[in-house]
Amino acid sequence: MSTQPLLELKDVHKSFGPKQVLTGVDIDVAPGKSLVVLGGSGSGKSVMLKNALGLMTPDKGQILFDGVDVTRDQGKTREAMRARIGMLFQSAALFDSLTVWENIAFRLLNADGMKRKDAKERAIETLKQVRLGSDVADLTPAEISGGMQKRVGLARAIVSRPELIFFDEPTTGLDPITADAINDLIVEQTKALGAAAISITHDMASARKIADEIAMLFEGKIIWRGPASMIDDSGNAHVDQFVHGRADGPIQPAL
Amino acid sequence: MSNASTKAKSGFPNPLQWLGGATLAMLGEVGRLSIFTGKTMGASFSPRWYPSQIVRQMIAIGFYSLPVVGLSAIFIGAALALNIYSGGSRFGAEQFVPNIVVLGITRELGVTITGLMLAGRVSAGIAAEIGAMRVTEQIDALKTLSANPFRYLYAPRFLAGIITLPILVLIADVIGVMGGWAVSTLGLGFDSTTYLRNTMDFLTWQDVTVGLIKAVVFGGVIAILGCYHGDKSSAGATGVGRAATFAMVGAAVLILAFNYLISTVLVDFGS
Ligand SMILES: Nc1ncnc2c1ncn2[C@@H]1O[C@H](COP(=O)(O)OP(=O)(O)OP(=O)(O)O)[C@@H](O)[C@H]1O
Ligand SMILES: [Mg+2]
Repeated sequence: MSTQPLLELKDVHKSFGPKQVLTGVDIDVAPGKSLVVLGGSGSGKSVMLKNALGLMTPDKGQILFDGVDVTRDQGKTREAMRARIGMLFQSAALFDSLTVWENIAFRLLNADGMKRKDAKERAIETLKQVRLGSDVADLTPAEISGGMQKRVGLARAIVSRPELIFFDEPTTGLDPITADAINDLIVEQTKALGAAAISITHDMASARKIADEIAMLFEGKIIWRGPASMIDDSGNAHVDQFVHGRADGPIQPAL
Repeated sequence: MSNASTKAKSGFPNPLQWLGGATLAMLGEVGRLSIFTGKTMGASFSPRWYPSQIVRQMIAIGFYSLPVVGLSAIFIGAALALNIYSGGSRFGAEQFVPNIVVLGITRELGVTITGLMLAGRVSAGIAAEIGAMRVTEQIDALKTLSANPFRYLYAPRFLAGIITLPILVLIADVIGVMGGWAVSTLGLGFDSTTYLRNTMDFLTWQDVTVGLIKAVVFGGVIAILGCYHGDKSSAGATGVGRAATFAMVGAAVLILAFNYLISTVLVDFGS
């Protein structure tokens, strides 16, 4: 390994009461690379992302960002990390008391103290990058469709030109055509920024489109990892079952 | 299975066990609420502040509560005058209506009625709003965008609560006294100028101050209970609904408890 990983999770454990969700996750992503983590419903994908972002604290293990340990830090180091990160939430998580442009420019307005006029310009520029017109800038999130909300969420994640972007199920709840458009945007925008990406999904079409590398989370651990081109002959029964969406196999359906 | 004591345990909860469990749960809740209160106050009295959020909350909490506070106060003042008149007439004390109305309104009723009405309107509203933000991951989003929810969401509501409640209570005091005056002059045969002169003569700044001290505390209670229950609300519409109910009931009970406590401490203040 020549380059230092941008983000590294080492032996991360997380339980809720008696329920063990993560039981030793080891994963890392190199600068500029796109990693997709597959996993069934309830397998702990969102919990993994929340631990990485510091929205939850691991019971055991380490989170390293750019070589710096941020596992338990909620102070300056963690904020310095967050300033270099963007996140698209599963439900877009737009602030419904703010307009679309104020959502996109939230970090610029608050953490960076940018003037409203300049921030609005940047927000509208970023709206164009996600193929939305400036006419939606002054609407509220409740006034736009689910697909548009995802685009606005994407715009909010990229506006501060992060080095690492998290995508939590970016295509869930969208029709196949809109989902494909979102996938294209994700690839295009991360490439344009030269950013690394960690996406979690159970949508195989999405995974194939955006991944350089694919990993599989199962029973709280990463059980397989390889280049995206290897996904069809991984030699791993769990991965095969997931890729082909079969109910019978080593993975029991979550019912 | 054949063991009789096991059967009793699973069939009916042992009352002592139940009481112990409930006590521990309550102590835990009090501890969590105290920590939450400390963090909210810490964020309220240190930079950085979000002035636009504070103004927004002052309008939401204060301005939009004016109708409900005004209406409640006028009816309470009117009913108070009526009852004191009929009760007082049993021993020829009906001339004290203005005095007792102004004392009752400024020390007790103006502020408790305002507090209780706002426990319903504001505390439940805040809990529902914050709860919805929690379950739609907006609070997580705030943190990833480097905004601390205690500074961006909870401190503005707390500050708006402790600033606007005293103002609302002053307004409720005036309207409540006028409610008593209206009933007394229109229905009970009091002379308008005498009534108002008696009111003003009897009114002390200490009585008003007691009401305002209570108002500051109630404003804090209303905001914090709403934020606390919203923040810890669980997913789904039932989770948010429960958060609103808990916030309202909790705020109302705490308001009555603090009202008694502050009255006890300040009972000799100004008399
Ligand atoms: N705050 C929490 N408290 C208690 N349990 C939690 C919490 N968050 C997640 N869990 C539990 O952890 C498990 C994993 O949840 P997670 O949201 O990570 O699943 P996921 O892989 O993202 O699934 P999905 O594809 O449905 O989004 C679930 O069983 C969930 O009940
Ligand atoms: Mg999830």
